[in-house]
Amino acid sequence: MSTEDISKKKSTPTFFKEHQKALYKALEDKNTSIEFREKDPLGTDMVLNLGPQHPATHGVLRLALQIDGETIEKAKLDIGYLHRGVEKVAENKTFQEFMPYTDRMDYLSPYSNNVAFCRAVEKIANVEVPERANYIRMIGCELARISSHLLWLGTMVQDAGAVSYFLWTFREREKLYDIFDQIGGHRFTISHARIGGVANDLTDSAMAMIKEFVNTFPDELDAWHKTLDRNRIFFDRNEGVGVLKTENALEKGATGPTLRGSGYAYDVRKFKPYSKYDEVEFQVPTRLEGDNLARYYVRMEEMQESIRIIRQCLDKLPKGPVRTDNAKQAYPSKDEVYYSMEGMIHDFMMTDTGICPPEGSESFHSIEAPKGELGFFIQSDGTGHPWRLAIKSPSFANLQVLEKILDGEMIADSVLIIGGVDPVMGDSDK
Amino acid sequence: MALDLSEPLQKVIDGLAEDFSDALIDVYQSSGDTFVRIKPEANVEVCRYLKEEHHFIYLTDVIGADRFTSEERFEVIYNLVSLRDRERLFVKAWLEEESPEIASITEVWESANWFERQTYDMFGINFTNHPDLRRMYMPEDFEYYPLRKEFPLLGIPGSIELPSSTPDSEHEI
Repeated sequence: MSTEDISKKKSTPTFFKEHQKALYKALEDKNTSIEFREKDPLGTDMVLNLGPQHPATHGVLRLALQIDGETIEKAKLDIGYLHRGVEKVAENKTFQEFMPYTDRMDYLSPYSNNVAFCRAVEKIANVEVPERANYIRMIGCELARISSHLLWLGTMVQDAGAVSYFLWTFREREKLYDIFDQIGGHRFTISHARIGGVANDLTDSAMAMIKEFVNTFPDELDAWHKTLDRNRIFFDRNEGVGVLKTENALEKGATGPTLRGSGYAYDVRKFKPYSKYDEVEFQVPTRLEGDNLARYYVRMEEMQESIRIIRQCLDKLPKGPVRTDNAKQAYPSKDEVYYSMEGMIHDFMMTDTGICPPEGSESFHSIEAPKGELGFFIQSDGTGHPWRLAIKSPSFANLQVLEKILDGEMIADSVLIIGGVDPVMGDSDK
Repeated sequence: MALDLSEPLQKVIDGLAEDFSDALIDVYQSSGDTFVRIKPEANVEVCRYLKEEHHFIYLTDVIGADRFTSEERFEVIYNLVSLRDRERLFVKAWLEEESPEIASITEVWESANWFERQTYDMFGINFTNHPDLRRMYMPEDFEYYPLRKEFPLLGIPGSIELPSSTPDSEHEI
């Protein structure tokens, strides 16, 4: 094959031609107003495609990088490789039927997604949630936060060169999966929350495991702090890398730890407390630097705060039902379904029609998921299916930031910056 | 219906009613959220006013919706947050069914870029003056707008180019 053929091949992509052309055009057009560079005589400038199939891109993220030597001149992101159209699916499902789909969005913290969705439906349909269920949800959400941050820690430090971290954090995640197995019967996609409460109460063994985890985990966290906080290699790789300045953070739409690492203490748990977050004490860790190291500190401290919240929840956990006792709003308990006619009818009605919010109502509810603000916007036409369900996903917002902060960085750091922003493609691609 | 507005939001609504009396169509509440419907032509000015005068400095999302069978079929909803007043406000505009078009608000909030691209991808709403209006999730070669109500749940056969089942024979090296 002659060089001519190769260059011809390079310029004409074989798949989704229009799409590739538009992407490269957009990359070429980005920041053109500030570009004064002459044509490089050595030909070191090129377009590098990173992903979508690359272990460091945390899924199927694709980056088209215009590079000059080892520096990224400008970057464009191409997402949608995991687009499953869950918003369209939601329009054809009852509310409760859609809940398991939320597990598969941010698959690193399924519990938070369940709770976010159920709370949104409860808000639009005016469902009261029993107090005990609220506390159980909070425990689950914070465990999910720790689980998500642990994966981030393992992969991000691995991206920085320390492979053993991945094994240590996964040992702890394994314990969390066991806990979730005890709570809801599933290790990964838990689907434990129900509209109007949760599926079942915490068993004694689940409680014991959570207590055990809460007691042992802070020591692990301390040990990790000891190995990383004074680690020269880790510092040199992360300090001043991928800087998102405070004045730009809100403008660019960052959310979650990425925003808090840049100085804004925007946390929905404090901003508009949901569940019982107004009754527990915790701090919102923030940093001003906005670099990868700041995001590291924010997430590490968040895990500490999560442990604090879980401890308070365990102390305060009231007795009582875990699901609202209104057959028009929530599933009846299985005892009722199996032993009474009404229970069975109600169970059937909930499965067939489901909960019907008032016609023409619309509402938005968001929670602080591990990645940032996760919100569900629902418009109802009075039937059991949402007329429109829009998802505000945190990873999507943060990836937009990533596109901006990659410019001017080194290729070797790009992997680390992706790790620091911590996107989950299932979340951003919907 | 009487509105039950918090103090900062009341100020916002009063301000809008005073400065944008032509553009303001409706103010209502649903499930505790406040919605303001404006004329689509005024969206940039209203958004800039809300950002600069009322401190709605954070744009969380741009949502598209299909009000199928209604006269003005498409809907664009801006989800705005004021960190100072801890308030959330929704600004929406209804668009015509034939070639829906609205000005982009990327000049007010940079983050609107991807949110608008997503809405364009899913509903085919055209954002004028957008710096980089490409599809977000679907490939550029795709011709339909999946979240419109007429788009079938199972998709349209043949609308997306799929890899050949024998990829080796397709192009030899």
